[in-house]
Amino acid sequence: MNDTVTVLYFAALREQVGRSSEAVALAPDVLTVKDFLTMRRQEDAAFEAVFSQSSRVRVAVNKVIGDLSTPIQNGDEIAFFPPMTGG
Amino acid sequence: MSRQENTSRIRIVVQSSLFDMGAETSRLLALGPGIGGLGSFLGVVRGGDGLVALELEHYPGMCEQSLAVLAEEALLRFSLIGCTIIHRVGRLAVGEPIVLVLAAAAHRGEALDATRFLIDRLKTGAPFWKAEEFSDGRRVWVESRQEDEAAAAGW
Repeated sequence: MNDTVTVLYFAALREQVGRSSEAVALAPDVLTVKDFLTMRRQEDAAFEAVFSQSSRVRVAVNKVIGDLSTPIQNGDEIAFFPPMTGG
Repeated sequence: MSRQENTSRIRIVVQSSLFDMGAETSRLLALGPGIGGLGSFLGVVRGGDGLVALELEHYPGMCEQSLAVLAEEALLRFSLIGCTIIHRVGRLAVGEPIVLVLAAAAHRGEALDATRFLIDRLKTGAPFWKAEEFSDGRRVWVESRQEDEAAAAGW
């Protein structure tokens, strides 16, 4: 069985992607957030449509803010969201 | 200072219901007689331009975790005796309290600086998002503001 990760979407991104979470199987050569984005943009047209337009997407891996170089592996929770606007 | 001791001096709550500012103040003051001042910030949903309410979304788990890390940083940086951060989520009408920051220290300088630090950093560093709801039915996600990001980066 392929390695899988849980992907979460929040706020405007959640509405654009049309779901709040999903399980995604990782291709063997996906080692970082950047690899993951490349993979998803190739295999999912809806994902590509949203992420090609959203220049200010933030990412967290296992609830810690990351970036394109953050490593990912089986079982991780990857969250995508717009810049935060609390307070 | 151990993590355990820090934890007992930090109170982080994310909730939909209203908080009681007086009760929260008393709880913080009960930490000990070394407190000489308490800084506080109460954020309120500001009206205008037809705004009716805000809808607050958060990332459960990461939200509490990132606020705790922020509070621990404030504790060390401003020699705080304790601090409290309460943030509301869900739908909040104009005029409703949305966030409470309290910082207790031996002296006013640390208490006031820590309060400002906490609210500035919270606005761009904790996973909350706001959508604005207007009287004409429009619903618009709030974009992060450059001045907020600059204020957070200034510390």
